Amino acid sequence: MKSLTVEQTTDMIIKACDAIVENMPYLTEVDSKIGDGDHGIGMAGGMEKARATLKEKRPFPDINSVFKMTGMAMLNSMGGASGVIFGTMFLGGVKNLEPVHELDGHLMTRIMRGSLDAIKERGKANLGDKTMVDALEPAVVALENGNKEDLVQLMKAAKDAAWQGVENTKNYIAKYGKAKTLGERAIGYQDAGATSVAIIFNAMYEYVESLAQS
Amino acid sequence: MKKIINNPSDIVEEMLSGYISAYSRYYERVPGQNAVMLKERRKDKVALVIGGGSGHEPLFIGFVGKGLADAAAAGNIFAAPNPQLIAETAKAVHEGKGVLFVYGCYAGDNMNFDMAEELLDMEGIKTAHVRVWDDCASAPKERIHDRRGIAGDVYVIKIAGAACDAGLELDEVLRITEKARDNINTIGLATSPGSIPGLNKPTFELGEDEIEFGMGLHGEPGIERTKMQSASHLVKRMYTELKKEMGLKENDEVAVLVNGLGSTTLLELNIVYHDLNKLMAEDKLIVHDAEIKSYCTCQEMGGFSITILKLDEELKKYYDAPCFSPYYARGEIK
Repeated sequence: MKSLTVEQTTDMIIKACDAIVENMPYLTEVDSKIGDGDHGIGMAGGMEKARATLKEKRPFPDINSVFKMTGMAMLNSMGGASGVIFGTMFLGGVKNLEPVHELDGHLMTRIMRGSLDAIKERGKANLGDKTMVDALEPAVVALENGNKEDLVQLMKAAKDAAWQGVENTKNYIAKYGKAKTLGERAIGYQDAGATSVAIIFNAMYEYVESLAQS
Repeated sequence: MKKIINNPSDIVEEMLSGYISAYSRYYERVPGQNAVMLKERRKDKVALVIGGGSGHEPLFIGFVGKGLADAAAAGNIFAAPNPQLIAETAKAVHEGKGVLFVYGCYAGDNMNFDMAEELLDMEGIKTAHVRVWDDCASAPKERIHDRRGIAGDVYVIKIAGAACDAGLELDEVLRITEKARDNINTIGLATSPGSIPGLNKPTFELGEDEIEFGMGLHGEPGIERTKMQSASHLVKRMYTELKKEMGLKENDEVAVLVNGLGSTTLLELNIVYHDLNKLMAEDKLIVHDAEIKSYCTCQEMGGFSITILKLDEELKKYYDAPCFSPYYARGEIK
């Protein structure tokens, strides 16, 4: 499979919302080890809002609107650092992008690269700081290096890289968030934000994969 | 944990609704937003807008008042308000002379307020901000931008409110507010955790016989964990930190706040001030004003903080200006 329509893209993002909402207890557990324990509630709240917005406002005129609506809904309901960062994960890549009606491997890569750059600019976090960037950056690199003519294969590479990124966060000392003050004590625990990124990529891959099967 | 709440997702909404309806002679809601604004606002001045995560009441909503902030944006529990909420709150009270934002220095607040300022800039509204970083236990002086804002918010808001009320231009209000911020330090001490309402979970763990100096409002680790000691020992340790940090010396004029973190009683807080007052007198500090209350809290968190504001003639003028909110008032009836 090469690409998704605007409607299929909407379904894919709704699946990502579903996955985050279903994983709220897991995210809470992950965050409780070294954070406030409220990451799961925040993410689930934001993506529930995004899902409701997508369902209510569909069909959308272009791919851009799907990402923009998702990002705005999260940004303007979650608050906190996560609201800005995860809102930007969907908003950053479509900013200044001409309207597109088909989501292929090239566009997916371009959007996610734009989002990653916007997040790093806003949050000043880099690889190894024990943040969501540790999952998003490897996923983007996997997209850039992957076969853009096969969306299933491409998204599989991205979600595998994101999960590997989550594993890697266990080795890092946190530079941001509450875990920052834990120093060495944060080692051995995965970052909750990175986990959310992997869950989102995982759900997007599963949707694309199921579509290819049917 | 027994919390007197309804549906956890309605906590902020219902808290605001209660506060605004009870004090409806002073307040109204910013239409469609989780934000409080003053009904009768002084015209032709810079608007002061404050905000932060909910759960620390009376901060921030309790500092909307005459001579104080014009409005406050209330985020979700312990999470910064979102950019749209902040921007809409600012627009509701903007009088054409610009908006000053005062908030605690936390990554989430910094990013959300920055985005709100970008939104307002696109609409041609002039803005500025002062991030409060009074907690000297949260990072060394060299990394002052990593320090967090705690009870020192009270004094920064007080001075900023008075400077706005004086009808000064935005850059002048900004200068005075930054000067106040740079002359304020706080150190806290935790005896027991608070909780996240709706999550049923303590914000940190601390042994029954332990205390931690410098612990943050959300349980961010502090500078030292020790066994519980007498009030005089605790206060001496904290005062010594502040004195060193601020270089306090004989004849320095100060305002002092002993702030309870939630469940520590007024009886205990008064004893804290009793000990603090003796130490300040030994050092011949001139205490211009002092108070003992719980302004910056974290639910049922136990412990207290000590805030010192070093005054000069200019800051004193704004400090002494009268102000009123249901939770905070200064100035006397003559």
